[in-house]
Amino acid sequence: MSIRVRFFASLREQMGYSEKSIAFEGLATVSDVLERLDKARILDAQVLYAVNMEYANSDTPVKDGDEVAFFPPVTGGGP
Amino acid sequence: MKVEVCFSALEPWAEIRSYQERRKDLDGKFGATACFIGTMRDFNDGDGVSRMTLEHYPGMTQRHLEKIAAHATERFPVLDVLLIHRVGELSPNDPIVVVAVWSAHRGAAFDACRAIMEELKSTAPFWKKEILETGARWVAKNTPG
Repeated sequence: MSIRVRFFASLREQMGYSEKSIAFEGLATVSDVLERLDKARILDAQVLYAVNMEYANSDTPVKDGDEVAFFPPVTGGGP
Repeated sequence: MKVEVCFSALEPWAEIRSYQERRKDLDGKFGATACFIGTMRDFNDGDGVSRMTLEHYPGMTQRHLEKIAAHATERFPVLDVLLIHRVGELSPNDPIVVVAVWSAHRGAAFDACRAIMEELKSTAPFWKKEILETGARWVAKNTPG
């Protein structure tokens, strides 16, 4: 039982990897996932969360097989 | 409605023309078409920019763009929406995004086109990395409208 964690853009470079699986045991919310990662590094900048490709917050529940993504504020579009 | 993430050169005018040709059923129904095209500049924040990489979140980006387009059709009386956004390696003058909105009257087309762009810029998962003469940097914030 595990969840898939993904990082994008500057956060991916900061972490040094784009994704990994972490054990599910004891994980209930996005903040619990953060606790299992290098939290200091992730929270260094403003970070957005998504669970299963939907925007989420730190209280959003996670379950087995979920994909949890962390990324910096978005900057798409044109001038 | 057509919503796409585009992985190679984006041709906004050809996209608008070919999509409108596909919607023959709308002939005579729309009196207004509003278009927005975002194009890469060769400067940002006082620096020259020679290239740019546009990163996205495969899956989430497509899904999110579809939501933005659908949201506009709920908020404004529009007939159809086209929304295509580039990703990958871009050079100055390359089109980044095209939005086209068809409606009976101009107000809804203008308003929906603007609303789609504003929502896209503040919520759609895209990240810009600029290549300058002095190195590369991630764009941290959007330019004001």
